[in-house]
Parts: sequence; structure tokens; C-alpha cells
Amino acid sequence: MKIGVLALQGAFREHRWMLERCGAEAVEVRKPEDLDDLAGLVIPGGESTTIGKLLVEWGLMDKIRERAAAGMAVYGTCAGMILLAREIVGSDQPRLGLMDVTVRRNAFGRQRESFEADLNVPEFGAEPVRAVFIRAPFIELAGPDVKVLAAVGDHIVIARQGNLLATAFHPELTDDDRIHRYFIKMIQGKA
Amino acid sequence: MEQGTFRVKAGLAEMLKGGVIMDVTTPEQAKIAEQAGACAVMALERVPADIRAAGGVARMADPTIVQRIMEAVTIPVMAKARIGHFVEARILEALGADYIDESEVLTPADDKFHINKHDFKVPFVCGAKNLGEALRRIGEGAAMIRTKGEPGTGNVVEAVKHIRMVMSEIRLLQNLPEEEVAAFAKNIAAPIELVHETKKLGRLPVVNFAAGGIATPADAALMMQLGCDGIFVGSGIFKSSDPAARAKAIVAATTYHNDPKVLAEVSRGLGEAMPGLEISTIAPHERMQERGW
Repeated sequence: MKIGVLALQGAFREHRWMLERCGAEAVEVRKPEDLDDLAGLVIPGGESTTIGKLLVEWGLMDKIRERAAAGMAVYGTCAGMILLAREIVGSDQPRLGLMDVTVRRNAFGRQRESFEADLNVPEFGAEPVRAVFIRAPFIELAGPDVKVLAAVGDHIVIARQGNLLATAFHPELTDDDRIHRYFIKMIQGKA
Repeated sequence: MEQGTFRVKAGLAEMLKGGVIMDVTTPEQAKIAEQAGACAVMALERVPADIRAAGGVARMADPTIVQRIMEAVTIPVMAKARIGHFVEARILEALGADYIDESEVLTPADDKFHINKHDFKVPFVCGAKNLGEALRRIGEGAAMIRTKGEPGTGNVVEAVKHIRMVMSEIRLLQNLPEEEVAAFAKNIAAPIELVHETKKLGRLPVVNFAAGGIATPADAALMMQLGCDGIFVGSGIFKSSDPAARAKAIVAATTYHNDPKVLAEVSRGLGEAMPGLEISTIAPHERMQERGW
């Protein structure tokens, strides 16, 4: 199974390693043609404004929308979650806008407020997920088709809508590969 | 819930990879940088070329400057403290700066010791000319490293020298038998655990950016191809004739550093680069890269 990792800016290397560890073939995506034969795409953490501008400028925005509409699964972490969202509070920055959610950027605060915490995710079993939040966003509002997998207080931090998955934190910075395995199962139609 | 862990501190640097961090001195410049696709900005009172020209003692920027820049953009904002000046660092931490550069661009406040960076919630980036210096800084708690280069010169030669040195020392280390590692660590004056970790990883334990003399898209791509994880551009943008266009081109060149056709396209028509300085014309005691211990 071939899964792309959007490699315009950010922590794309760590996602590639994680996917390879889970047995998938991982390739870096920088040009529209790189998307052609992918079963899934990961949009990594990074700076959402930087990645968004490069998506527009290098012709990837529409192509990703097309491929996602045709069934390609997409998983966004942190900046990737922001880019997947339809609404971004107080911002008109470029985005894919595929997911029926409203996100707030830097929602927990600046870097000094960044944190890690254990997160209960029933979908992944009893063992909590060690979640690393870095200037992280959260989902404020989710549409009826969005399934909430985990929250910190009232703030949604893992969500799924059909072939789209988003996390506000960075599983690629830990050794826990359950979220990447879940994404692979989504692609296989087993989750 | 834990804040300020090393993973959280080094994690922000991981997110900056493949991006360009630009020196800015006003909110207007910060907006131009953000609009051009910068992944972060460095808030300063003066860019290194002007610090060099002004001479005298260079200190942390006025907090008002840092604060106004933080209010102007949504991307991370970094700021510089003097080497060893842990009070300047505490002030920047209190302001909410996202990263502190304990920087040789400013006049050192301590001629023997760097800041104990483990002691802070805010992460630090430090400059290094070689592997020993990089690992000493990481040992003190730096969560990100950059080459020193020679700031404010628009001359990439020193940054190239520094990344080549670090990469070649890592290659050498990887080929050493275990019994030679302790002597290697002693020779480069680096903490032995970090030397072992570097040997195992085949790279520095934290992200390593290029800095000090990058002036063109080609310079940025060169540093990326030599093994840097991302780019700092100091004077190179706002000392050039068309900052917005040059900033945007350097962002694209950093992403597409392995694609000569893209590099050719984005290098076109950018106007004048910043005026450059030949390193041999700078007296050894005026070279910023010699600061730091």
C-alpha cells in the first residue's frame, strides 16, 4: 500500500518513518503528479500558513481535493488538522476545507503552554495515548457526520469523517503507532 | 499534563523543519515574512548587518518590539538573548516568545558559561561550528542547533564550513569502534551520552538549521543539500532590494532544494541581493562565530 506524506514543510520525515514501521510504502509528495497512485495522504505538522501557501502556489490544493473526493484517505496532524478544516477561527488562510469542523489555531496558547498528556481513546484500547501538543489547535465545532474519537475537556483533539482523520497532537513524535495503524485500517476499509 | 518537557521543546523545532525563519525588526516586516511563507520570525532591534555596522554592545531587543511582532503574526516568534545572560532569557520567556536564540550575534554577557537551558520552559536554539560545540549546547538543554556561519555578511562560506564539519564528524563517529568513542568524546569536549546517541542516530539528536550568511535561494538550497533541516535568513531578506519577492523565493527554494528547474525559476528577477562581505576583511576578533565556548 502506497501512502504519501505531504513534504512541503514540517515534520514529514517522522510520518514517513512511522508509516514504514507499520509496513506501508511511504513516499514524499511535493508535486501534483506525486498524488496519482496514492491510497492515502498524510498532512504533517508544521506551519499551516506556510504549507497552505505552498499548496496553492505549486498546484496541489485542487488536486488533493479531487483525489480525496475520489476516495483517497487523508490524515492531518496539527497543521494538517487546520488545513483539513472548513472553518478556521479568525483566519482566511488557504485550506483544503474538506472536513466539516471549525478549528481554532494555537488554541491552547503559545509554545510555553505546549504540553504532553495521557489521552483516553476507547477506539485504541485501554492503554492511553501519550499525546504531544505543540502550539496545537483544537476542534471547536464538529458537523453531524464527524465522529469524535477523543477530547481534552470540551476540546476535540481526534476526529474522523469518512475517509478523513485529524489529530491536534503529534503521534509521530512518540513510539506509539496505533493512530497510523488505524489510518492504514481506514484505507483498507477495516476501520 | 506536563509542560516544558524536552520532547515538547524539541518538538517545535521538528515542526519548523523544511521551513525558513526570517529576521524582522518591525510588525510590518513580520507580516511580509508571514505572507511570504516564513515558518517563524526572529524579532530583533537590528538585523546582524546593522549590528556589525553599529559596533558597540548589542543586547536583547526592547520587549515592546518583541511584543508588537508577536501581536502582528500568528506564526512562532523567536528572540535573541546574549550568551550567558539568563535574565534576558527569563524576560523573553515571560513575554511569551516561542523560542530563544542564545546568540553570538549579540555581545556575550558571560565569557565562560552559557545559560542552563534545562531550567526554562521555553526552548532554546544555539549556534555551533562543529559537533563538540553542538553537543555541549544540547547538553546544556538546547532543543535546536544552527550553524553559526558569519552573520550579517551575506557570505555563505562559513555556514558551509560549519555544516560540512558537523556532518563529517558524525560520519567519522559512525565508523568508530565502541572502544574509541570515549576518547572521541573527550577530544571534541562533548558529553559522552550525547556522543553515543549521535552515533546511534547518525545525526544530531535535535534539529539542525543553517544560519549566518544565507542571501539567495541557491544559498538556501545548498545548505539543505548539505544536510541542514531548515534555514534562518538574517539580513539577507530585509537588506535586499525586494524583500517580499526574495523571501518567497527562499521559501520555495528550501522546499524544492533538490529540484534545479524550480530553483532556476524562483531565482529569476529578484533584484539586488544584500551587499556581501569577504570574510578575510573582518578582523578575527570581530568575527561573531568566535563567540561561544
